[in-house]
Amino acid sequence: MSETIGQISVTVTVNGRRRTVTCEPRKLLSDVLREDLNLTGTHVGCEHGACGACTVLLDGAAVRSCLLFAVQLDGSDITTVEGIANDDGSLNDVQQAMQDNHGLQCGFCTPGVVVSLTAFLRDNPSPTDDQIREAISGNLCRCTGYHGIVNAARQACGRPEGAR
Amino acid sequence: MGASVKPTRFQYHAPTTVGDVVGLLAEHADEAKVLAGGQSLVPMMSLRLATFEHVVDLNRVVGLDTIERTNGHVRIGATVRQARAEHDPMVASEVPLVAKALPHIGHFQIRNRGTVGGSIAHADAASELPATALALDATIEAAGPAGTRQIAACDFFEGPSQTALADDEILTAVRFPVWGVGSGFGVAEIARRHGDFAICGAVAGVQLDGDRVVKAAVALFGVGPTPIRASSAEQAFVAAGAGADLTAIGREAAAPLTPSSDLHASGDYRKQVAAVVVRRALTDAIKEARS
Repeated sequence: MSETIGQISVTVTVNGRRRTVTCEPRKLLSDVLREDLNLTGTHVGCEHGACGACTVLLDGAAVRSCLLFAVQLDGSDITTVEGIANDDGSLNDVQQAMQDNHGLQCGFCTPGVVVSLTAFLRDNPSPTDDQIREAISGNLCRCTGYHGIVNAARQACGRPEGAR
Repeated sequence: MGASVKPTRFQYHAPTTVGDVVGLLAEHADEAKVLAGGQSLVPMMSLRLATFEHVVDLNRVVGLDTIERTNGHVRIGATVRQARAEHDPMVASEVPLVAKALPHIGHFQIRNRGTVGGSIAHADAASELPATALALDATIEAAGPAGTRQIAACDFFEGPSQTALADDEILTAVRFPVWGVGSGFGVAEIARRHGDFAICGAVAGVQLDGDRVVKAAVALFGVGPTPIRASSAEQAFVAAGAGADLTAIGREAAAPLTPSSDLHASGDYRKQVAAVVVRRALTDAIKEARS
């Protein structure tokens, strides 16, 4: 990586594909995903880490893409909502459960919710309701009142009796 | 389409040694800022509340990402993520107060990136880890052009986001003392929503021998320009023993405070809540010490 004030070139793996981007150091990962890589599934809401709409997986960990400079990430592996479905293209358990339980209305927060819940349920396959609510507390949704999202999480971890 | 950018322009540095970090800081002085997890710094830059000519990224520095047990302490390196410390078995068993404080920070996505050292160096007076470091008498390890030095937590926090670190120094690790048998710890805070900065919070540690209090430590956050050690309440608790009236101890802790008012809470309210969170934190600590 060069240390000039101009553009810096970084190579990252995004949804399994190696991509090289040249951008200013001040450009956020969220903007690079949307503008340079045309991956507009990652939504940009508050742009200061409060809303969670821009959540992506960085080397498997759910993070806010608006709180990272893309130039920091040379060599990293990134998964966005576009890459979160099953390998055969079918919806993953969280995506399917969000659809089945009306976990979304306008859909703006949905990419962040899906990415966050996918990572959370991978690491906590049998959460309590309290743990589910805590896990989605970092993703603001102004439509659903969260009930549909919580029900989706219940279904996705194999508790369909919890879903309405 | 015009490119979207939020922060002002800066030069990015990604050194791989502490020596190179310190060299860059010495060269650029107050025009440079150290970036660790960035969970507080990047929003400040995006909102242009802070601007820097140079950003020095610690994330590629080799050797700062270790958690180790060393000489009566657990030493957490500067780039250890909060999530890693939160789930580390040694942190949980040896310095339980750190493990109990961590889940209160932001959300799991924030803790996946935020660092223990960065939170302490950022020194937000309403955050949990600075108060935890203060209560436990942690030691901050710093590196600068003249070499390394150790800073006691009680000398580290100087004001709102102001610490004893010089412009050309970085925090390289924090050492948290391991308490002995019969210890217990508690964290209590009041926030409007989970993950928000606390209106007021307290961390507490006690070490008991029967009803005798061997050691007590209480620190408050969100009630002043720095985390605040409740020394008089600690002394009152030690004197009264483990069966102390914790409501009175809480009031003792709150008495010297002069918290400011903001849109979240008035100073008077914060002071009342301070007494309550101290009582709750001590209650949990005593319960754990006796279990």
